[in-house]
Amino acid sequence: MVNNNLKVATQPKAAAQPVSESASALLSELVAHLRQNRTQLREEWVVRITEAELLTAMTKDEIFAEATSVYDSYVEALETGTLEALQAYARNLSERIIPRGVETDEVVGIVLLLRDVLARSLFAKYHEDFKVLGRVLDAYEPAANRIAITVAVGFVQERERVIREQQEAIRELSTPVLQVRERLLILPMIGLIDPHRARQLTEQLLHGIRANRAKVVVIDITGVAAMDANVANHLVLTVEAARLLGATVIVTGLSPEIAQTLVKIGVDLGKMNTVGDLQGGIEEAERLLGFKVFPIRETPAG
Amino acid sequence: MAVPILKQGQTLIASIQAALTDTDLLELRDALLEQVGRYRSRGVIVDVTALDVMDSFSTRTLRDVAHMTRLRGAQTIIVGIQPEVAFAMAQFGLTLEGVPTKLDLEEGLDYLAGTAKPGSDG
Amino acid sequence: MGEGVRVEQESKVRVETEADIVLARQQGRAIARDLGFTLGNATLIATAISELARNIVQYATRGEVILKRIENGSQKGLVVIARDEGPGINDVRRAMEDGFSTSGRLGLGLPGVRRLMDEFNIHSEVGKGTTVTASMWKS
Repeated sequence: MVNNNLKVATQPKAAAQPVSESASALLSELVAHLRQNRTQLREEWVVRITEAELLTAMTKDEIFAEATSVYDSYVEALETGTLEALQAYARNLSERIIPRGVETDEVVGIVLLLRDVLARSLFAKYHEDFKVLGRVLDAYEPAANRIAITVAVGFVQERERVIREQQEAIRELSTPVLQVRERLLILPMIGLIDPHRARQLTEQLLHGIRANRAKVVVIDITGVAAMDANVANHLVLTVEAARLLGATVIVTGLSPEIAQTLVKIGVDLGKMNTVGDLQGGIEEAERLLGFKVFPIRETPAG
Repeated sequence: MAVPILKQGQTLIASIQAALTDTDLLELRDALLEQVGRYRSRGVIVDVTALDVMDSFSTRTLRDVAHMTRLRGAQTIIVGIQPEVAFAMAQFGLTLEGVPTKLDLEEGLDYLAGTAKPGSDG
Repeated sequence: MGEGVRVEQESKVRVETEADIVLARQQGRAIARDLGFTLGNATLIATAISELARNIVQYATRGEVILKRIENGSQKGLVVIARDEGPGINDVRRAMEDGFSTSGRLGLGLPGVRRLMDEFNIHSEVGKGTTVTASMWKS
């Protein structure tokens, strides 16, 4: 017995749409047709995928293997009306192909191609009787659309999850607050600084100052390519907040572009202690802390 | 709520214990000014560790304390500003300009001891 | 606030005395923390409330601070409404400039409040009163 309800777990509002008896009979007829012509339709689909230059990151064999699985899951979803299996497969597929750089439009593209290939074959089979063809397409299309949505949503969700994980990892990797000497912290900023990350960095730094009882902080922005006015302003705020905690901030490694941004937004340069490069910054910090560094041989006697 | 003021050598230490109303803050200001004269203090430390908000009024009052005590011969420093409070102050545009700020009481005492000795830059 | 913003709950603090300033900001901080704002953002909110409540006490004698949880799709936030029936502000644009004050002191703090919060709106009518609406969204 065919399950009359098509469920899309990600869209609770669209759940439970009853299909009339004749429609369900048509659906099972349609499923039988797709099973019978599996080899030919699958082959046609793979050709269309290649022609459309989709899934270029994958080999022919891989595409064929995935196409087989997707085809069977697709037909099964049409038959049973449940999308869970297809959903699980879509997520699994996404997990495997996302690291290889497969894009959302490719995944949506191949599912729409399959929908198209199957629709054409139904058209070829029933084109002599327009009434039947109309009913077949009425039964097929809503189900096919729901399948396409399920696969696309599954892919996008998986992709978003991966992106979130990577963002977190990058944030943690690129925001270390390092203690290089007693009371001296270094914050090397690397990569793209957006307002959210800037805020995170500041909080980390301010807590780092308290935890390490830091007196001097060197913020090195050599690794920051660009900085918009918002983030530049934030840097100034950080310098001021650090001073309120009793720490002096030295900023090093300002690129010409960032220097221009800072001057354009009218930063009070009297408040900013800047030194050309990180080494110079550390030397200045050591001076402020009262350290003196000598090469061993030149150490003054006494 | 009155803020206890401790006298340690030539330094007065005001240790704020809980959230203060505006009147409490003004009373603290007046008490510090009076005691700086009475004890001929050279330094004042205001410990704000317990404050979870520093708005324009408290910042301005503390800055007034610093400027007024300087006129009476004592240097005032603020210690113990919390990281979140420091960020909010910076974001607001409150910078306590011209008032030294230190991490905590210990740092504050060190700083005052350093500035008291001639020839040291703290 | 744009379309589709849903108000969930609200609490009101009457502001008449200095003690109410402390009360309002403490309540604001508690609600912000309850909503899941970070300690840093809760501090920004509490500072903004302190400033707005003080304006009421200093310039209008009495008024109220209303704190509402708001929702816009999946975003959650907090809106602070500071309302009084005081003398109102003659020149709102100037009041929003740094360093401006009607009483000769160091400004109304309104530009600062605007910097602390994500959204800021002020409505004032001379002789009728002032309403400031400021909100922050959870990032």
